Amino acid sequence: MATNGKTNDAPAVNGKAYPITDHSYDVVVVGAGGSGLRAVVGCSEAGLRTACISKVFPTRSHTVAAQGGIAAALGNMGEDDWRWHMYDTVKGSDWLGDQDAIEYLCRNAPAAVYELEHWGLPFSRRDDGKIYQRPFGGMTTHYGKGTAQRTCAAADRTGHAMLHTMYGQALRHSAEFYIEYFAIDLIMDEEGRCRGVVALNLDDGSMHRFSANMTILATGGYGRTYFSCTSAHICTGDGNAMVLRAGLPLQDMEFVQFHPTGIYGAGCLITEGVRGEGGYLVNSEGERFMERYAPSAKDLASRDVVSRSMTIEIREGRGVGKNKDHIFLHLDHLDPKVIHERLPGIAESSRIFAGVDVTREPIPVIPTCHYNMGGIPTNYHGEALTKKNGNADTVVPGLMALGEAACVSVHGANRLGSNSLIDLVVFGRAAALRCAEIITPNAEQPALPKDSADSALSRLDRLRHASGSTSTAQLRLNMQKAMQSHCAVFRTGPVLEEGHKLIHDIHAGMADVHVTDRSLIWNSDLIETLELDNLMAQAVVTMDAAKNRTESRGAHAREDYPERDDKNWMKHTLSWLDAKGNVTLDYRPVHTYTLTNDVAYIEPKARVY
Amino acid sequence: MTRKTEIAMVEFTLPKNSKITQGKTWQHAPAGARETEFRIYRWSPDDEANPHIDTYYVNRDDCGPMVLDALIWIKNNIDPTLTFRRSCREGVCGSCAMNIDGTNTLACTKAIDDNKAPVRIYPLPHQPVVKDLVPDLKNFYAQYASIEPWLHTTSPTPEKEWKQSHEDRTKLDGMYECILCACCSTSCPSYWWNSDRYLGPAALLQANRWVQDSRDEATGDRLDNLEDPFRLYRCHTILNCSKACPKSLNPAKQIAQLKKAMVDRQV
Repeated sequence: MATNGKTNDAPAVNGKAYPITDHSYDVVVVGAGGSGLRAVVGCSEAGLRTACISKVFPTRSHTVAAQGGIAAALGNMGEDDWRWHMYDTVKGSDWLGDQDAIEYLCRNAPAAVYELEHWGLPFSRRDDGKIYQRPFGGMTTHYGKGTAQRTCAAADRTGHAMLHTMYGQALRHSAEFYIEYFAIDLIMDEEGRCRGVVALNLDDGSMHRFSANMTILATGGYGRTYFSCTSAHICTGDGNAMVLRAGLPLQDMEFVQFHPTGIYGAGCLITEGVRGEGGYLVNSEGERFMERYAPSAKDLASRDVVSRSMTIEIREGRGVGKNKDHIFLHLDHLDPKVIHERLPGIAESSRIFAGVDVTREPIPVIPTCHYNMGGIPTNYHGEALTKKNGNADTVVPGLMALGEAACVSVHGANRLGSNSLIDLVVFGRAAALRCAEIITPNAEQPALPKDSADSALSRLDRLRHASGSTSTAQLRLNMQKAMQSHCAVFRTGPVLEEGHKLIHDIHAGMADVHVTDRSLIWNSDLIETLELDNLMAQAVVTMDAAKNRTESRGAHAREDYPERDDKNWMKHTLSWLDAKGNVTLDYRPVHTYTLTNDVAYIEPKARVY
Repeated sequence: MTRKTEIAMVEFTLPKNSKITQGKTWQHAPAGARETEFRIYRWSPDDEANPHIDTYYVNRDDCGPMVLDALIWIKNNIDPTLTFRRSCREGVCGSCAMNIDGTNTLACTKAIDDNKAPVRIYPLPHQPVVKDLVPDLKNFYAQYASIEPWLHTTSPTPEKEWKQSHEDRTKLDGMYECILCACCSTSCPSYWWNSDRYLGPAALLQANRWVQDSRDEATGDRLDNLEDPFRLYRCHTILNCSKACPKSLNPAKQIAQLKKAMVDRQV
């Protein structure tokens, strides 16, 4: 077994050797957001030697930006039941979610929230000292009949409070962090087992090879493929791209959620909690138009429904502003005390990024790319899956995926607000439990193949010395514009066909990229290029999967195929990408069964809010 | 101060290789465009050169309103080697803390027009520099860890939540929002002088966040941990911290509350 910190001579790459430091752990977690930290805590508790690699300091991860809350049927505000939460999630997913995984999520949600509370998360409270819960889009009681108050919150800074709480727990368990290490590629052996990961330490430019019995990718989504997104700059889906390069598939990549209320221009998120607390959308005629599109749930319909309604309003000339290209979100009718106590963060963001005093004026908003339902296919233990010899549930040994990087699939074709934070902790915990079950602490690991870091080093070296004629920034902008114009809220055949050609051309342009900074220490030009390479791979499979799916389901709205087609399309898309940029598509059946007999399979029906 | 020099804080002049020199002046924006001048600290760990100030002209017709937008614009359009941290771009992650126009703040929430031109940008003061605007914050993070930022309880854990009254929860407001950007600590002269032993405003605000939490049962231990001539008591109420905080928190007030708790437990 390699000892940590042992330096070996690396294979020479392009005449220049990169010295490599070897590390060995039971478990290596890539990513230190909500799901990564929960897995780190769980694995540490189980006595597994666990390392966490992150390209940013943990509290800078994108979980920090989650605002509105975390869903769990605690029943603090009235009657609630995890089965109702499950029904809402299945309906929200437009029946593309796997119901065994959704059952696992919803029935384990309350315990996960109490655990966070016991760790110190400063939840907002009711007068009786219990956790406060607010209404959120698509969350109902009695299987769609009433409005649920299910979303637990720390004002409108729930993700921030959660991430800081979990980082504290990781510190408490003395977890080993490798901070500002950028993961370049997975190490796969000949049998298809994942053996670890190769990473670059930004601080001193050194290369590190982590050998592990389990590698957990908790690397988040790839929102930065789009021009306008609520995602942080770091949301480049690095784990997803590593999986594609390892010859494994991604699932349901065509399903990209547009959040109804990103600040017009800046793209910063305004939580759905605003509408949960009574805020509403109006068009240029001052009309609360959601009453027309979703007579029952109105402004608290599912996000895909609200984003489409807003887009139609703007298209039909009822947008607000000089160019009639956005919508107003009102909360000026709310008691300023409520805003101060429950929505202080969005009051601050609106002031800074839109120049708006929310107690007096509406916030200009527009649907903005927000969340990727697709990602690395996994089962409800977090184990990564691939399709092999016809078996679509083949586990990839040594590899797990969590959070936005994963496609469990609990969100299916559309995620409900406040279901992502609960996804992070429930499946972060599930993965740790699974690791404890299948991994022996300090088990001997066979030596890594000698050339195990070669492909990662070549990739790094190639991009570090890339001397084409297009800058990273220019290529990135081309990609983002293509995705925004050809693969957004509404999609249609000819536009997707054009987008397909466009994005493949832009992808081919990576061969002509130019990197200016040739150094290794904190070379952010190089890192942005590695990230762009990752984004580009995901943009290509997203566009092609969208072109391929000839139906409308959840966030994937085809104008040429406006209906959901359960007969032909109630199945997950799998997409592979080869080194030349060719996409191969295949399918996995949706799990049409539940985990236990406590709840019956929820049959598909029309999705009306 | 660069990492290579590692000088003792009592030296009053910087060593020769830390003196900042005049750097490169990059091209102007196209004629007719609205432009703003930026003077930005540069230092590379890869050569022996001194830190220098580069001058950039940002085309404001092609750039967003915030200082971070300008930095990204420069990196995208003029000089891809310019190095800085950034993540959320909306003031919640704390990555892009730097010294802008003489004040520690977040580049993402600081409007370009709220600064005097030319806009001068330096890394957070008195931290070792890794490269350009990227400071080494390892000591800052270690100090945060030292206050044990998690709930300590000895009572049996309830099946559901620990009850906390609305009023008790309100006591955490003004503290739990801290984003660990280090603007406050690195603006504090006392911290500049004694950052090896003084915890600084950010870590102390976090310490008080747990002392004030009605659910926490280790107040005594937490205060014991601060009972030291340096860790807490090097705060001399200069209040730069409260002036600097980009989240409008008041670390000095929280430190005062800690000092008061120290006195209260003795009487």
